[in-house]
Amino acid sequence: MAIPLGYIARNVLARRLTTALTAGGMALVVYVFASVLMLAAGLRQTLVSTGQDDNVVVIRRGSQTEVQSGIDRSQAGIIESLPDIAVAADGRRLISKEPVVLISLPKRSTGKPANVVIRGITTAGLDLRPQVRLVEGRMFRPGTSEVIVGRSIATGFSGTDLDETLRFASRDWIIVGVFDAGHTGFDSEIWGDAEQMLQAFRRTAFSSVIFKLADPGRFDAVKATLETDPRLTLEVKREKQFYAEQSEALSRFISTLGTGISIIFSIGAVIGAAITMYASVASRTGEIGTLRALGFSRRAILLAFLVEALLLGLIGGIAGLAGASAMQALTISTTNFQTFAEIAFSFTLTPGIVAASLAFALTMGFIGGFLPALRAARMKIVDALRAA
Amino acid sequence: MRPNERQPLVAIHGLSKYYVRGDQVIPVLLDLDLDVFEGEYVALMGPSGSGKSTLLNLIAGIDKPSAGEIRVGGVDIASLSDSDLALWRSMHVGFIFQFYNLMPVLTAFGNVELPLQLTGLSRAERRERVETALELVGLTDRATHLPNELSGGQQQRVAIARALITDPTLIVADEPTGDLDRVTAQEILGLLARLNDELGKTIIMVTHDPKAAEKARRLIHLEKGVLVG
Repeated sequence: MAIPLGYIARNVLARRLTTALTAGGMALVVYVFASVLMLAAGLRQTLVSTGQDDNVVVIRRGSQTEVQSGIDRSQAGIIESLPDIAVAADGRRLISKEPVVLISLPKRSTGKPANVVIRGITTAGLDLRPQVRLVEGRMFRPGTSEVIVGRSIATGFSGTDLDETLRFASRDWIIVGVFDAGHTGFDSEIWGDAEQMLQAFRRTAFSSVIFKLADPGRFDAVKATLETDPRLTLEVKREKQFYAEQSEALSRFISTLGTGISIIFSIGAVIGAAITMYASVASRTGEIGTLRALGFSRRAILLAFLVEALLLGLIGGIAGLAGASAMQALTISTTNFQTFAEIAFSFTLTPGIVAASLAFALTMGFIGGFLPALRAARMKIVDALRAA
Repeated sequence: MRPNERQPLVAIHGLSKYYVRGDQVIPVLLDLDLDVFEGEYVALMGPSGSGKSTLLNLIAGIDKPSAGEIRVGGVDIASLSDSDLALWRSMHVGFIFQFYNLMPVLTAFGNVELPLQLTGLSRAERRERVETALELVGLTDRATHLPNELSGGQQQRVAIARALITDPTLIVADEPTGDLDRVTAQEILGLLARLNDELGKTIIMVTHDPKAAEKARRLIHLEKGVLVG
């Protein structure tokens, strides 16, 4: 039979300061652990939600990103002739041939330059991204040197406010609108007319071709058609998968680094928990002897002290998660070293991170509490009672 | 209550207890025989180091003999495994300690209820029993108090209620009045005598105090690990 949970919980609460300090140490570790996982999840979610399920991205085979890719007009024409491309209500085919270029702009926070994606789009390009909506100003006019900027660009970079002029590709570009892309990667881009961008950057090839499938179930057939066409050396991906892959390297780096740091920190927290639990056992030797005399088994004593350590871990876990969840209000911007472009994203708390953080906290409690609990369970009753 | 001479509740034969410290063997109890009958109120007396507490611990099943046999209620408790012995204690022994040994974070009610957590009784049944036990020791109005909110005498009453709560075969008391003033000690001894007289409880008490021993029905003296007188 187990020792009542009420007795265990009251013992934890009775030592308020020690409990607060020990759980606080574990909370800090959980805070770091959860925060880095939230950072990686935020990046992943931002990029994954950038893509649409039924959109297809075509890039040159072997290029990981749009910036590295090149699709000349004849290849783009072949893609355009596919019968599987969806048609809008007004009869336009929903395909966008887009040049993507990196330019350097100074960040508002540090004044240091960072790479920003310039994307040339067409009217169909907007139709392909229903999550994008203008929040200030107006849409750029085709055939002009007008651009619109994503919300993260407007807030994160100098000289990107409405009506300001950006200079790149030997031209002045006036910002006529600010768009919100629903916390997706497009929020960190600047968009202008595709043909104007090609001319300004003296490009002859597009970077990617994006189109919407009339029947999303035909993806495999379309992919096979394009990838086996001897005139083309192209790679076809669902847009969602394409952006998910772009988040992989950075999110894995953040997760690995963060988890590594957390594990190193956790050693300190585990030692703290062990010291607290050893002190708890030492100060309650008489109680342990009494409980054993009353008939509670060694296993019940072991369990009681383990549960006490797990409770400490749980308190630390919840406190750490509470702190980390406050990070969701923050948006940070960093260079995605897969695309070499700056991307803004938020800390995102997912149920998986909550579960992983609590499991991490409970593991710290368990490891810290195990040896003290074992010591308590192994005490001889007579010796323990004598110490009372 | 009249002792049952044919079937002692506690039957001890050839009991010895040694402690080993390095190369040294320290004898505490030497080839001891003792019978305690159901309903007896026994006081174990003797100077410090005579082995009376060790004998009490062995009878209560919280220590194991080096040699000999202890049967309580017909059960050879020395042969029980650690976990079986724990279960046996929970059903058959009520403990009263010199310093009460209450759980400081539990109320009087919680402390008395503690041994019942080892039984399969429902919450309602446990409550009923605890209320009865607290009434018996006159502490109904202190049920929600923590030990540090109670006087020494009240704490010992809580401990007595805890010792009674499972209706054990045997109550063992180790210097139950050792930490109390004379008046309170008399109250506690009166309570123990009532448990023996009115409820027929078998009590074995270790004490230094001749006045406490006077309350017992039988006096046993130990000296240097052997029974005298």
